[in-house]
Amino acid sequence: MANDAASTVDETRMGSIVNDWSGDKQAFQVPWGKAMMWIFLLSDTFIFSCFLVGYMHVRISSSIPWPNPSEVFALSFGGEPIPLILIAIMTFILITSSGTMAMAVNFGYRRDKAKTVFLMFATALLGASFVGMQAFEWTKLIVEEGVRPWGNPMGAPQFGASFFMITGFHGAHVSAGVIYLAIIANRVRRGDYDKKGSYETVEIAGLYWHFVDLVWVFIFAFFYLW
Amino acid sequence: MSAAEGQQHPISIYLWIWGLLFVLSGFSYLVDYMQLEGYLRWSLILLFMFLKAGFIVAIFMHMLWERMALITVILLPPILILFLIWFMVDEGDYTYLTRQVVFSAPDFVPEEPVHH
Repeated sequence: MANDAASTVDETRMGSIVNDWSGDKQAFQVPWGKAMMWIFLLSDTFIFSCFLVGYMHVRISSSIPWPNPSEVFALSFGGEPIPLILIAIMTFILITSSGTMAMAVNFGYRRDKAKTVFLMFATALLGASFVGMQAFEWTKLIVEEGVRPWGNPMGAPQFGASFFMITGFHGAHVSAGVIYLAIIANRVRRGDYDKKGSYETVEIAGLYWHFVDLVWVFIFAFFYLW
Repeated sequence: MSAAEGQQHPISIYLWIWGLLFVLSGFSYLVDYMQLEGYLRWSLILLFMFLKAGFIVAIFMHMLWERMALITVILLPPILILFLIWFMVDEGDYTYLTRQVVFSAPDFVPEEPVHH
C-alpha cells in the first residue's frame, strides 16, 4: 500500500528505511528525555546483571570456601563486632535518599521551587555520605584485612575481584549521581525550569537516582546476604 | 492535563512506600543478624529483595502509571537475564566438579600463582 510520505520522499533502498520508520507515529507518550533515560537504565541493568552473574559464577565454581560476608563486613564500636552493620547503615542512607528524591520530584511538579531544591541537595548529600562510607569500607578491607583483587587471607581469591568490581561500579554510579543531582538542583534554583515551564528534568534525574538505589537492593541481597 | 504536568500523586503514597522500604530493609538485615540458614534464608532474602525492587520501580519510578508501551519495552528484556543465570549456574557447577576431580588427582601439584 502506497502512503503519502513514501510518494514524496525517495524510495531508494536506504530511503525506504526512513520512509517506513518516519510514520509520524510517536510510540512513547512521555518526554523524549524520559524515554531515553529509561533506555539507558535498561542497558545499565544488563551491565550490572553481567557483573552479578559473573560473581555468581566464580562463587559457584570456587573449590575454596568463600569468605563469610557477615563476618568480613562486621564492625565493632568498642564492644562485640556487629555483623554487617556498616552495610545496613549504608542501605538505610540510600533508601532515605531515594525517599527525599521522590519527594523532590513531587514538589517540582507542584512548582514548589524551594522545597525541590532543598530535597535535591539533601539527596545529593546523603549520596555523598554513602560514597564516604564506601571509601571507609574499602580502606578497611584493603589496609586491615589485606583484601586484593587477586587474593585475600580469608578464602576464595575471587572475593576481592568481585567485591571491588561490583561495589566500585556502583559507587561510581552514586558519585556521578551526586554530581548530576547537584547540577540539576542548581538549575532548579536558578529558575531554568520555571522559564521552560516544565519540571520533567527533575523526574528524569530522579529515575537515575532510584535506579542506583535499585541496584544496591540487588547487591545487598546477592553479595552481602548470600 | 496530566501528560503536560507529568506525574502527580499525593505525598502520602511516597511516605508510605518510604516507610515500607525501611521495614523491608530491616527485615533483610534481620535475616542475616538472626543467622537463618538454608531455604528459609534464601526465600526470605529473595522475597524482601523483589518486594523492595518492585516498590521502587512501580511507585518511586512511576512505572505503575506509565503506558504499556513503555512498561513492556523496559521490563520484558531483563527476563533474558534468567537464561544467562541458568547457563552460568550450569557452567559453574561443571567448573566446580572439574576442579574437584583435577585438584584431588594423586599426581596433582598445585602451581604457585604468579603475580606481576
